[in-house]
Amino acid sequence: MIHSLFLINSSGDIFLEKHWKSVVSRSVCDYFFEAQERATEAENVPPVIPTPHHYLLSVYRHKIFFVAVIQTEVPPLFVIEFLHRVVDTFQDYFGVCSEPVIKDNVVVVYEVLEEMLDNGFPLATESNILKELIKPPTILRTVVNTITGSTNVGDQLPTGQLSVVPWRRTGVKYTNNEAYFDVIEEIDAIIDKSGSTITAEIQGVIDSCVKLTGMPDLTLSFMNPRLLDDVSFHPCVRFKRWESERILSFIPPDGNFRLLSYHVSAQNLVAIPVYVKHNISFRDSSSLGRFEITVGPKQTMGKTIEGVIVTSQMPKGVLNMSLTPSQGTHTFDPVTKMLSWDVGKINPQKLPSLKGTVSLQAGASKPDENPTINLQFKIQQLAISGLKVNRLDMYGEKYKPFKGIKYMTKAGKFQVRT
Amino acid sequence: MLESNKDSAKLDAMKRIVGMIAKGKNASELFPAVVKNVASKNIEIKKLVYVYLVRYAEEQQDLALLSISTFQRALKDPNQLIRASALRVLSSIRVPIIVPIMMLAIKEASADLSPYVRKNAAHAIQKLYSLDPDQKEMLIEVIEKLLKDKSTLVAGSVVMAFEEVCPDRIDLIHKNYRKLCNLLVDVEEWGQVVIIHMLTRYARTQFVSPWKEDDGLEDNEKNFYESDDEQKEKTDQKKKPYTMDPDHRLLIRNTKPLLQSRNAAVVMAVAQLYWHISPKSEAGIISKSLVRLLRSNREVQYIVLQNIATMSIQRKGLFEPYLKSFYVRSTDPTMIKTLKLEILTNLANEANISTLLREFQTYVKSQDKQFAAATIQTIGRCATNISEVTDTCLNGLVCLLSNRDEIVVAESVVVIKKLLQMQPVQHGEIIKHMAKLLDSITVPVARASILWLIGENCERVPVIAPDVLRKMAKSFTNEDDLVKLQILNLAAKLYLTNSKQTKLLTQYILNLGKYDQNYDIRDRTRFIRQLIVPNEKSGALSKYAKKIFLAQKPAPLLESPFKDRDHFQLGTLSHTLNTKATGYLELSNWPEVAPDPSVRDVEVVELAKELIPAGKAKKENPAKKFYSESEEEEESSDSSSDSESESGSESGEEGDSSEDSSEDSSSEQDSESGSESKGENKRTAKRNSKIKEESDSEDGEKENEKSKTSNSSNAESSSIEESSSDSESESESESEIESESRKVTKEREKKTKQDRNPLAKDISLLDLDDFNPVSTPVALPTPALSPSLIADLEGLNLSTSSSVISVSTPVFVPMKTHVLLHRMSGKGLAAHYFFPRQPCIFGDKMVSVQITLNNTTDQKIANIHIGEKKLPIGMQIHVFNPIESLEPEGSITVSMGIDFCDSTQTASFQLCTKDDCFNVNIQPPVGELLLPVAMSEKDFKKEQGMLTGMNETSTVIITAPQNFTPSVILQKVVNVANVGVVPSGQDNIHRFAAKTVHSGSLMLLTVELKEGSTAQLIINTEKTVIGSVLLRELKPVLSQG
Repeated sequence: MIHSLFLINSSGDIFLEKHWKSVVSRSVCDYFFEAQERATEAENVPPVIPTPHHYLLSVYRHKIFFVAVIQTEVPPLFVIEFLHRVVDTFQDYFGVCSEPVIKDNVVVVYEVLEEMLDNGFPLATESNILKELIKPPTILRTVVNTITGSTNVGDQLPTGQLSVVPWRRTGVKYTNNEAYFDVIEEIDAIIDKSGSTITAEIQGVIDSCVKLTGMPDLTLSFMNPRLLDDVSFHPCVRFKRWESERILSFIPPDGNFRLLSYHVSAQNLVAIPVYVKHNISFRDSSSLGRFEITVGPKQTMGKTIEGVIVTSQMPKGVLNMSLTPSQGTHTFDPVTKMLSWDVGKINPQKLPSLKGTVSLQAGASKPDENPTINLQFKIQQLAISGLKVNRLDMYGEKYKPFKGIKYMTKAGKFQVRT
Repeated sequence: MLESNKDSAKLDAMKRIVGMIAKGKNASELFPAVVKNVASKNIEIKKLVYVYLVRYAEEQQDLALLSISTFQRALKDPNQLIRASALRVLSSIRVPIIVPIMMLAIKEASADLSPYVRKNAAHAIQKLYSLDPDQKEMLIEVIEKLLKDKSTLVAGSVVMAFEEVCPDRIDLIHKNYRKLCNLLVDVEEWGQVVIIHMLTRYARTQFVSPWKEDDGLEDNEKNFYESDDEQKEKTDQKKKPYTMDPDHRLLIRNTKPLLQSRNAAVVMAVAQLYWHISPKSEAGIISKSLVRLLRSNREVQYIVLQNIATMSIQRKGLFEPYLKSFYVRSTDPTMIKTLKLEILTNLANEANISTLLREFQTYVKSQDKQFAAATIQTIGRCATNISEVTDTCLNGLVCLLSNRDEIVVAESVVVIKKLLQMQPVQHGEIIKHMAKLLDSITVPVARASILWLIGENCERVPVIAPDVLRKMAKSFTNEDDLVKLQILNLAAKLYLTNSKQTKLLTQYILNLGKYDQNYDIRDRTRFIRQLIVPNEKSGALSKYAKKIFLAQKPAPLLESPFKDRDHFQLGTLSHTLNTKATGYLELSNWPEVAPDPSVRDVEVVELAKELIPAGKAKKENPAKKFYSESEEEEESSDSSSDSESESGSESGEEGDSSEDSSEDSSSEQDSESGSESKGENKRTAKRNSKIKEESDSEDGEKENEKSKTSNSSNAESSSIEESSSDSESESESESEIESESRKVTKEREKKTKQDRNPLAKDISLLDLDDFNPVSTPVALPTPALSPSLIADLEGLNLSTSSSVISVSTPVFVPMKTHVLLHRMSGKGLAAHYFFPRQPCIFGDKMVSVQITLNNTTDQKIANIHIGEKKLPIGMQIHVFNPIESLEPEGSITVSMGIDFCDSTQTASFQLCTKDDCFNVNIQPPVGELLLPVAMSEKDFKKEQGMLTGMNETSTVIITAPQNFTPSVILQKVVNVANVGVVPSGQDNIHRFAAKTVHSGSLMLLTVELKEGSTAQLIINTEKTVIGSVLLRELKPVLSQG
């Protein structure tokens, strides 16, 4: 399985290496650098690179390449999924996953990696279990450790590892028992030039933060479970119960976790909450083009749209843009040709707009295509699909927890072609 | 600091050392100091020392030994975590001297009370195996023990060890199969992936195929890796009612919930399991889950899209509802974009092509030029696949020619060239337009394409072509090599068609080419000069120069690059890379005989299971198809229950052809009678004669059908038996007698072998091993055809008399029918066609095709006729006379003639009834485009001598020697192609001759046996394309046994 792992930063330095079997020379990464050079952009580096004796499988996250070296046939998704899990774990441990943080905590990173894989085969990947084996560093703990000489390495096998609920640790105690569920829906859409929808889908997740004492057994039911077309669960959810009653029944992991992700069936028409009016034109003769965008609310069910950010990758021939927004701030990076406009809230009475001119490089011909516009936005207290949680019950424990449910709609991959 | 007494100082030091290791710096000189701390009480120091040890022990083996005793002590520690980690480190130290200690530790740990320790033991197995493969046997024992473990924790790891150490010991899985299936849901996710992959392989070896031919027709699915004969076999299987093994069902059912897993690898593993082993109708549920994975990270998307691309080639229907999920976003990385494009192309059909083309239009304008170019290719592929939109696409591409971007224009030129080549209708305008473009385009490929197009169509654009040549002559020296070659070609072509205007230009260009720096170009120049410029030395070839240069060239096939990936198991690394990765385990084909399912029974239920007859097997041996008669018969005599019917029908067959062979078969029966009851023998004889009569009186087809049914499955034939003779049918079902008779058969076999063709000896021995004598009678004989067997039989008849072949009589006519119209899609009207290999009565350039129409409805179907024809240029069809009406359950055979123009292009036409019209296609196998020719060995050699060089294609075949007997080769060759046999003076060379139907070009085929088990297959023909296609088809047939 996984032979070695190399962490490579964006400037091409290997800043961490870990081997699970015999040592693989870091020169193997040269093949990776070659591919990286060829791909020009980090995004385009192929995830699987064959070399004469090894195969390099990589993921790119947080501007770091995680390159796994393998030697024999293995399902590539197995490795890729594991690498993503490693990144998630780091994020969970250190809050952020970046080069300086990993360098600072190299010992913890090493210990965690040691526990995650044995001989290249995943051993413990649940962050709950890992945290019991190796305690995440906090300022308080570092102080305590230096004084008392105790360590942040657990000396007992986490009980979760052996129990039927490996995701939950035992002996959890809280003074305030609370359980929060965030229903977050994302709209993926492609809108064409004339404003009609080419494709639109709603993908949703329920992220939970459960801090409950003991071994609670929760059930969560929906008002309209039929909306959910395709679901994937955290392993804690009892599948049979869902199949038969459409109720989520589970013993939750401790802390933050993603309970469920779902896809809303395609038959339902997706309400598109915003529209974009655009008028971008380049002329053949002059080196100046006109540029105008207006964003406005559409079907928002009476909620305000916030956090609107408009980004657009301008064609290569664009030299600069002189624009004036009616609200918010905008930036244009002449190197990457990326225009970004932070709009903020949309006020239906006074629609935000961005107007101005585009100057093209002298001699450059008029670009054949207008740039596509990517949109980000947030709508609080609304699940655009209409999904509603009916009730949440707890069994198995005596106390009364505090329960909270929050809805939110966001733009996923929301694209407007112009 | 390591020497310090304080733990905190030590810890600090260790942390620094680990930091060094992480950065890849060498810390090995500290080894002695570090090892001392291995016994430290502080658990963190201990862990860090472990990390260090594992990293450097290999380099400092002697010193590492110092630490071993600590681990041995730790292995007895009451804390399971410490036991486990001690085992982990011990097994990770790659020091060969401690192998025995490791072995001992693993054995002990595998019996540990803690499943966590046992899990670590499973991991240790792999480590030890990679350190010392000699321990394999011992390790397998441990694996066997751990496989029995009921803990979900252990299951994944031990299966992993199994895959690594002994993936071929499938027998270890049997007893644990059901347990693994049932535990699967509770195993941790990584284990699930490994187990599912292993079980997929297991299922492919242990269960029979749930895929029915019907499915194949519906979704246009064919397993490309399965050669012809296997498909025939499938046809055979269809005849028997298929019941899925309950264990097979169990696996499919238990993996279904895992599609909901959050782990992409698990979802993919289940998807590939469904794809590879579930019935086609059930595989549909995977598409939704796979599409869900597309929301995930870029890397996951990449892999999943690759797999979807492969799947979508074979079964469009699966992903069609999700078409829009594959629309490209401008923010996708290029590799994702191209993959999505690939899938969209695969999914394109008449219904959605218009939306897709509109979508493609936006892509072409994309700023990502690489992607835009890929889109243009895609449009080209759609245009060829869907004939309705070809013109639209062509027009669209022509518009793109005026694009400003060079890459886009170049790509369009290349695609237009391919499209025009495919249908060289009068597109003179486009060619002219492209000729103009020559001035502006600089991309070599595009320039070369334009020149080639002009050269090909120089007669259509007589004015422009010489002018273009003039321009090119001017710029010749500055062109790319690719363009230069095409200039030479253009010059040669023009010289041949229009020498008046271009003679000097050509001379000039040839002179330029002569002194070019590139040897390829110099070679080409010399070649062309010799060929086209007449001089006294020029050989016979120059006469054919025109034919050589202006031959009709077959259009290129625009195929998906994912077409050849499907022989790899989905979801594997090999599939992603499209090359075999180290350690890739082939997914075997379905067995024809399901191995005994009772091996999976666990002891407790053994008693109950024993009552069920062991072989509910679908009995048919994979290798049997192409064997000669001898085993066929031996096989039949093998199982006493059906031997009579088999030999009966066979001898009926043989009696048809020659007295000799019928004598032969009756003598065989004599030998049988020795071992079986006399009465039976009599009956057989009686039937034998009866069938002979039958076959005389009736037409061939019905008789064929009869023998087919009896052949297609022993079980069936025996049930026919049952109806006629009850006494033996009783005895059949009793296994006791069976086993007895098996003994007898063996003896008999020896006898038969003696009087039989000596060549068949080794085959029959092989055969016997695979053969499963226990077959429960199936009560439903389905009177359908199994063409392959009858084909075999017929081939045999004639092979005896093969030395006397008259002109253009087919050596052998395979009865393989192809479905023209399935009854489901034809509203009850079913049509099959086959190639009778007779010279066509409608025209001598036509191939005759017989179509059998069946009415499966309960109403009359009136006025069946051929409606609109959609034929490639030059192709002609002579239709059959309209059929006034076809009675319910009635069938009628009509014949028609098709001129395929010596190409394997599909003839599409509409089969119409009074009410409906159905679009149907006939695509001829290349072997049917030939007519056999009789010639002498001398003539053959003479002709062959003239068809060398470019007209010769050859390949080497490797197979077992028993496949190289004259009769086997003959049979295999004539089964594929309609060729005549040329009598050969040498034993090791077999020659076959034929001519193409349309143009009458000779097609000479030579099989030359070499030493060992190789042979060379050579095809000489003017029609090189047909020749190479034929070669491709023959190669697999000849090489497999």
